[in-house]
Amino acid sequence: MVSVVYEAPDSIDGAISLLANADIPAKILAGGTDLIIQTNGSTDESRLFVDVKRIDGMLDANLSSDGLDLGPSMSCAEFTARDDIKKVFPGLVEAAYLIGSTQVQGRASLGGNLCNSSPAADTIPALLVNGAQCVIAGPGGERTVAAEDFMTGVGRNCMEKGELLKMIHVPAPAAKTSDAYLRFIPRTEMDIAVAGAGVSVTLDDTGTCTAARVAIGAVAPTALLVSAAADALVGTKLDDDALQAAAVAASAAASPITDRRGTAEYRKQIVGVLVKRAAIIAATRAEGS
Amino acid sequence: MAKSHVTTSINGVPQEFLCEPGDTLLDVLRNDLNLTGTKEGCGSGDCGACSVTLNGRLVCSCLVLGVEVEGAEIGTIEGVSSADGLHVIQEKFLEHAALQCGICTPGLIVSTKALLEENPNPTEEEARYYLAGNLCRCTGYDKIIRAVMDSAETLRGGV
Repeated sequence: MVSVVYEAPDSIDGAISLLANADIPAKILAGGTDLIIQTNGSTDESRLFVDVKRIDGMLDANLSSDGLDLGPSMSCAEFTARDDIKKVFPGLVEAAYLIGSTQVQGRASLGGNLCNSSPAADTIPALLVNGAQCVIAGPGGERTVAAEDFMTGVGRNCMEKGELLKMIHVPAPAAKTSDAYLRFIPRTEMDIAVAGAGVSVTLDDTGTCTAARVAIGAVAPTALLVSAAADALVGTKLDDDALQAAAVAASAAASPITDRRGTAEYRKQIVGVLVKRAAIIAATRAEGS
Repeated sequence: MAKSHVTTSINGVPQEFLCEPGDTLLDVLRNDLNLTGTKEGCGSGDCGACSVTLNGRLVCSCLVLGVEVEGAEIGTIEGVSSADGLHVIQEKFLEHAALQCGICTPGLIVSTKALLEENPNPTEEEARYYLAGNLCRCTGYDKIIRAVMDSAETLRGGV
């Protein structure tokens, strides 16, 4: 059984100091839905939990003309209840709504999903297609990392000892822009993605796609932005040929594993289908936005 | 190691307890406060048997540390009935025989109460999605959903 040392600092500096000076393995505690389970199976003798939820701003979300400034520890339940955010980033909100059960959403957060850095994390492709920026605070000051550069491997990310995720900034979308996220699971609820796809598209007045971002999840060690899939959409009216080209590009970019959830071949195929379907939903939303 | 002292409110009653920093809220409720209505199923956030509300949000108490609830408001199954008797949801679960072994029942009732406070008029589909994190291995869910939908109608003032 792991012996836990618990601290709940009320400032970023306090958290950095605890994390930087820890002489036992230190973990940031947000919603705890991954961390508490990981600790139950751990063989470490002792572990420091730094609960960041008492730090100002960690549980807040502010939407302005600059975009969304999201406190990383805000629960998915609070996040998905925000109609103002849902209106601007419907795909990001639907991704948060897919994480676990109602109970898990009561605790789990987008920042936690990002920092846990699972290849199958649902909110990560949705953050990637919206150009999210991660504001990281540490002993040396603050730095900002694009969400697509944040994950470095399965369960790994760019954060160094002493650092914590302070804010997720999602820039305001251009006019007639919207997003969508879809995942495939064998059941209808409470499962982990076999494959996932996020798409954001910008349309002009004629319905031609002028900008796009496509991200895929659960089909590589990290969620991936697939620029070739986005390029296949730009300049088109998202006709069948363009959607098929995007699907083929997404499948080509995928390097999935075979496990009990699905074979590599199946995942490669299905991720392309999800990209097509998500692109259609995003375009429909962009048309109405 | 020194135990942590936590001051909280459970079912509207101020409560203090001592716990190890690694103890879950579920451990504290059952082992230290003798509130054994909250059940332990999986212990990993999958089954919902340990559902409680934390500051009004439905959570699994096995995924919350006892030390985290300093200053919080906790709602458990023990707070659902009143001095006047059972809550409508509890009566409807009995009426529809929406339980067999009963281990999932406290969690389902706490979750149903949270659902109907958030959404007094859910569709059956909405109710099924909301309660997807409460696993029942006995009933096949049909009677549970009938009890939930009947509770909703009764609480809205229907027949």
